[in-house]
Amino acid sequence: MSNIGFSAYLKRDLLLSYRRLGEAASPLMFFLLVAILIPLGVSPDSGRLAELAPGMIWVMALLATLLSTEGLFAADHQDGSLEQMLIAPQLLALPVLGKVTAHWLVTGLPLTLVSPLIGLMLSLPAVAMVPMMVSLAVGTACLSLIGAVGAALTVSLRKGGLLLSILVIPLYIPVIIFGSAAVQTAVDGFNWLGPLAILAAMLCAAIALCPLAIAGALRLVSSN
Amino acid sequence: MASNRDWTWFYRLGSPRWFYETTGRWLPWLWTLTLVLLTAGLVWGLGYAPQDAKQGNSFRIIYLHVPVSFLALAGYYLMAIAGAIGLIWKMKLSYMVMKSAAPIGAALTFLALFTGAVWGKPTWGTYWVWDARITSMLILLFLYLGVLALQYAFHSQESGNKASAILALVGTVNIPIIYKSVDWWYTLHQPATIKLTSAPSMHIDMFQPLLLMIVALYCFYALALILFTRAEILQRERKAAWICELALQADKDSAGEAEE
Repeated sequence: MSNIGFSAYLKRDLLLSYRRLGEAASPLMFFLLVAILIPLGVSPDSGRLAELAPGMIWVMALLATLLSTEGLFAADHQDGSLEQMLIAPQLLALPVLGKVTAHWLVTGLPLTLVSPLIGLMLSLPAVAMVPMMVSLAVGTACLSLIGAVGAALTVSLRKGGLLLSILVIPLYIPVIIFGSAAVQTAVDGFNWLGPLAILAAMLCAAIALCPLAIAGALRLVSSN
Repeated sequence: MASNRDWTWFYRLGSPRWFYETTGRWLPWLWTLTLVLLTAGLVWGLGYAPQDAKQGNSFRIIYLHVPVSFLALAGYYLMAIAGAIGLIWKMKLSYMVMKSAAPIGAALTFLALFTGAVWGKPTWGTYWVWDARITSMLILLFLYLGVLALQYAFHSQESGNKASAILALVGTVNIPIIYKSVDWWYTLHQPATIKLTSAPSMHIDMFQPLLLMIVALYCFYALALILFTRAEILQRERKAAWICELALQADKDSAGEAEE
């Protein structure tokens, strides 16, 4: 079988997060709570909120994903199952991709599904709802993959969380530019498929390259 | 056989001692060259180059701004390539070069941003604009700082080396994407009020000192990198016999001088 390890780790991680639903739901709660802060902090005026909404939703989704990436390999590192994954004879990139896919399914996908609600609260124009959801679905997958590289690099560090965000945020920049551009062009009434296509291209590149970088980072961290 | 011999220079590069001794012989020449070029370039650029028709004397900061920005970008690639060589050939020295390149690059990037801000105030009326190039330089600064932070986060030197090498490589893949996307983002959102890229082509009298300053800054970069790497070698290899001998020799020399 060509996907040895991929589906096994996908199932395992999904099961683990199903058993700890509270933990899995926290990025979502974070996303919703920050959405409350914006009208409170900026202005409840729907005109101004609508202007900010495309960018703000993307910034919030990015931060929620970033916060959840820290734990991607941490639990496995602590209980030793990460080492079991490393000494397994198959290609390491596939189990890694399985884990990242599971991470996207429990963070990026729920964020995408909840985003229309946030869109309503921030009075995002209705035409931009579908573009927002599609761009979030593709973009958060990119964010999970890129964030996993940072998580793998910092897995053995005790206070890796803050360092992780320093490492990863500069790498997130292209994703947020094209993600919010897709929503913004839809709001402006133009064809939003262009930025989305670029986002999808970035996802393809990330699927191809990130698992290799993650695997390399995990190997070096485990070796000492 | 011949092909084997061709590679010896490359393997010799892996020896910190060889590097230390060879660059020790180069250093006086490099110092002289750098100082002469820097002085000549600065005096020519700041003192003798013609004034700009519109910007007056304030344009002269270009003689620092452009070369520094050049090297800030080139330095990242040098750092990433050094990291890649370290990962592939497990060469100790290249990790030391990588580690030394990070603070120099970060300082140059900061200097590029700073001189840009100082230049921006009289010409654009503001210290900061979210221009595509400025933004990507700021991101570059954070990429450098990330590599630095990761390097020092690990207790074991070995892990720090490898982790920051991987990060530098990931950054290398990302830099063109970041650069292009920031460019695109800028042109999407606002009309080009300020064009950094299509400045009127320079007069030859202004361009010659700039070229000289670029060469001078390259020499300066090489000098700084060699000095940083030598310090790094001394620190990491402090238990090696040849360094102990070196320290004893230096001790003897200074004692001799004191007696005289």
